[in-house]
Amino acid sequence: MATETTGAVSTCVDSHGSAIGMPQLCFDWFPNQIFWLVITLVVVFLVLSRVALPRIAAILAERQGTITNDLAAAEDLKAKALAAEEAYTKALAEARAEAQRIAGEARAEIQAELNDAIAKADAEIAAKAAESEKAIAEIRAGALESIEAVAKDTAGELVNVLGGQADDATVAGAVEARMKG
Amino acid sequence: MASEAHAADKAAEHAAEGGSLVFHPMDQFIVKPLFGDGAVGMFTITNSTLWMGLAVLAIIGLLVLSTSKRAIVPGRMQSIAELAYGFIYKMVEDICGKDGVKYFPYVMTLFMFIVTANFLGLLPKSFTTTSHFAVTMVLALAVFLTVTILGFVKNGAGFLSLFWVSSAPLALRPILAIIELISYFVRPVSHSIRLAGNVMAGHAVIKVFAGFAAIAAISPVSVLAITAMYGLEVLVAFIQAYVFTILTCVYLKDALHPHH
Repeated sequence: MATETTGAVSTCVDSHGSAIGMPQLCFDWFPNQIFWLVITLVVVFLVLSRVALPRIAAILAERQGTITNDLAAAEDLKAKALAAEEAYTKALAEARAEAQRIAGEARAEIQAELNDAIAKADAEIAAKAAESEKAIAEIRAGALESIEAVAKDTAGELVNVLGGQADDATVAGAVEARMKG
Repeated sequence: MASEAHAADKAAEHAAEGGSLVFHPMDQFIVKPLFGDGAVGMFTITNSTLWMGLAVLAIIGLLVLSTSKRAIVPGRMQSIAELAYGFIYKMVEDICGKDGVKYFPYVMTLFMFIVTANFLGLLPKSFTTTSHFAVTMVLALAVFLTVTILGFVKNGAGFLSLFWVSSAPLALRPILAIIELISYFVRPVSHSIRLAGNVMAGHAVIKVFAGFAAIAAISPVSVLAITAMYGLEVLVAFIQAYVFTILTCVYLKDALHPHH
């Protein structure tokens, strides 16, 4: 063990470099550990409180802000879309009503025209019918007169043929009397 | 040179022991100077100093460098920083209330130091600063002193109502007051030993299992056990930092609102 003269041996480490008992309870090392721990903690605290934490807080706040803004924008767009849809529905309903009105009007117009035309046609038909009736009556009257004339002539001729002296007036009166009967 | 001679000496001795099992589970906790072989003075740069410094660098890397882009849509590292921030912030806010939020940087400092030191300690060959009572005791005493001073500054003598359980029957209150007083002063002890004890025990157990690996027949079991233990230690590294922080918050709440 002559090699172990370099000072590595202390109350806590044996000559083989192994720990004597628990190194945790070696009070020789406490000042060193505590000193460096305090330095470490102060450095960590300064780094965190001066740089890291404010920065992370800012990042998180910024992200929250962005999310809130985006949500608001989305809400806005949604409202706009709804409004657009409403306007579209309204326009559609209006157009439909307008179309219905126009169709109704057209129908009424056509109906009126149709009624006019029917009335006109009826009147024409009535006029034509009256004319025809008149013509028929004329023809009928014409026919009666002709029959009378023919009957008178025939009767005169018959009287003549039978050797009688046909008096036109008498013949006519006889024929007329006969025809009335 | 001395250390080489030392190692050779050690090896020779092990050989002399004829390959029997040699456990030195506590050797990993030895504080030694980083440069040279001298004694450990107050300002000596030791392995403990080195790993505390690395913890500081890790914290700076995690919380400062990762957020340097200030991205609205965070990257991986920035997400971790934000998660850590949100985790502790919410803890402080939930436990201490709105008026406790101004102590958030203090709590965050403790949490970040402990959690990074614990995880760095899980690296092979590293030194676990939080496995030492000297370290955890300073942390716990800092919390204890802060809480006590803050309690009296904020509430004056009203802080003593913490020990006077007004919801208990009057006859019981003096007895409860004594118990509360004792438990109050035990706080820094349990607070610090819980953390250092857990971390130390896990690391020591891993070393013991590693010692068994010297026997070929059980070395596979040993490796499996180390793996399992390591997984557990990863959990413990976080949970103990969490427990230390949440207890800090609870104690802070006592200082801010001492009335039961």
